[in-house]
Amino acid sequence: MNLLTHAETVALALSFKVSLVGVVCSLPVASGCAWLLARKHFFGKPLFEGLLLLPLILPPVVTGYVLLIVFGHHGAIGRWLDAAGLSIAFRWTGAALAAAVMAFPLLVVALRNAFESVDRRLENAAATLGAGPWRIFFSVTLPLSLRGLVAGLALAFARAFGEFGATITFVSSIPGQTRTLPIALYELISTPGGEGGALRLTLVAVTVALLAGLIAALMLLRGGTREAEA
Amino acid sequence: MIELDLALQRGEFSLELALQSSARALALFGPSGCGKTSTLLAIAGLLRPEHGRIAINNHLLFDSRAGVDLAAARRDLGVVFQDARLFPHLTVRENLRYGMPRDATAQTFDGVVQLLQLSALLKRRPGQLSGGQIRRVAIGRALLRQPHALLLDEPLANLHREARVEVLEHLRGLKREFALTTILVSHQPDEVIALADQVARIEDGRLVALEDAHAFEVSSFVPPGGAHAAGAPG
Repeated sequence: MNLLTHAETVALALSFKVSLVGVVCSLPVASGCAWLLARKHFFGKPLFEGLLLLPLILPPVVTGYVLLIVFGHHGAIGRWLDAAGLSIAFRWTGAALAAAVMAFPLLVVALRNAFESVDRRLENAAATLGAGPWRIFFSVTLPLSLRGLVAGLALAFARAFGEFGATITFVSSIPGQTRTLPIALYELISTPGGEGGALRLTLVAVTVALLAGLIAALMLLRGGTREAEA
Repeated sequence: MIELDLALQRGEFSLELALQSSARALALFGPSGCGKTSTLLAIAGLLRPEHGRIAINNHLLFDSRAGVDLAAARRDLGVVFQDARLFPHLTVRENLRYGMPRDATAQTFDGVVQLLQLSALLKRRPGQLSGGQIRRVAIGRALLRQPHALLLDEPLANLHREARVEVLEHLRGLKREFALTTILVSHQPDEVIALADQVARIEDGRLVALEDAHAFEVSSFVPPGGAHAAGAPG
């Protein structure tokens, strides 16, 4: 017996794909920005931080519209992508970009906190042992902030999974391409007789969010317990 | 040859220190807060002096006039911090190997492990070690970097009596085994007498005396039942 209809399964699978790709693509840039915020002092840092947090503060529709202006078929970057055959507007890759942008601030905040919790004296010790900045980051900073990183990834994934406003504005609702779980849910709610499907997708969305929250809480809790023991 | 001429400001505290020493082991001695650890951090490249010159064994590490300021990673110094700073996520073996040059041989590793009696600890993590063991691993890690000079910051601080004796014995062994220029920071006269050939007395960020270890031992002598300012931490 299938718990979900074919269309619902497609939307769920697409949501997983879009969220996973979005978060993975977001991770290197978010790590770099978080490291800069945690470790460096520079002119305009508050402004830089504010810009990074914009997708969290702006109405998602605005973010989606900005993405459309920049990455749409006639957008500044979109037209170049189209010419190169890499168009992302109205495709699942566009949905992944929207998910990445919306999850990005959460990832930056979580990673910044994780990097700040790493004892800088250990990084200094690594430097005296001949390690350059990259080696210090990958051999000391990153392993010691792994719990915060996993917690951040879980929260960012949940945020990307639940993304709606920016996605529908940027890439619309195309079954199998851009109709992610929240969009499919919205369409079911708007369709007479769709209550059953809406309830099923709601349960799935709540389960995914709970699991992500649980992972994040466990990581942060265990990290806190270790710090208290040290 | 150790050449120090540095000036640095940290808040209200100012350090101005100039000395030259040809001793194999030089101790920077003085009460807490006198600037000796700041000096060590400046030599290690972890604190940037306002101006001055730092050279050890003809390795120019810092020269404000010439615009030289080698990064800590390129100073080729072995640093043993007061708080050891072992990497908690790595085993003792991984900690020891962290700074080893690529061309270092297994013999070098085994030699240091044997000298510091670390064989039984190699698979443990720092959280499973005693204070004395942690300090020995930190010394081994600094030695395996194969540095041209060793910097020791209060190597016996916060150790109980037995661990102090244990680590001190190993440091004496190192002094015999390795022809390594050493700069030791301490406020403990017994530690200085045991390990140093020459002593720089520092007070309030200034050098007040540069004397050989024997003269230091005589001047630091504490008569039974008496008190002497030299050993009192500030």
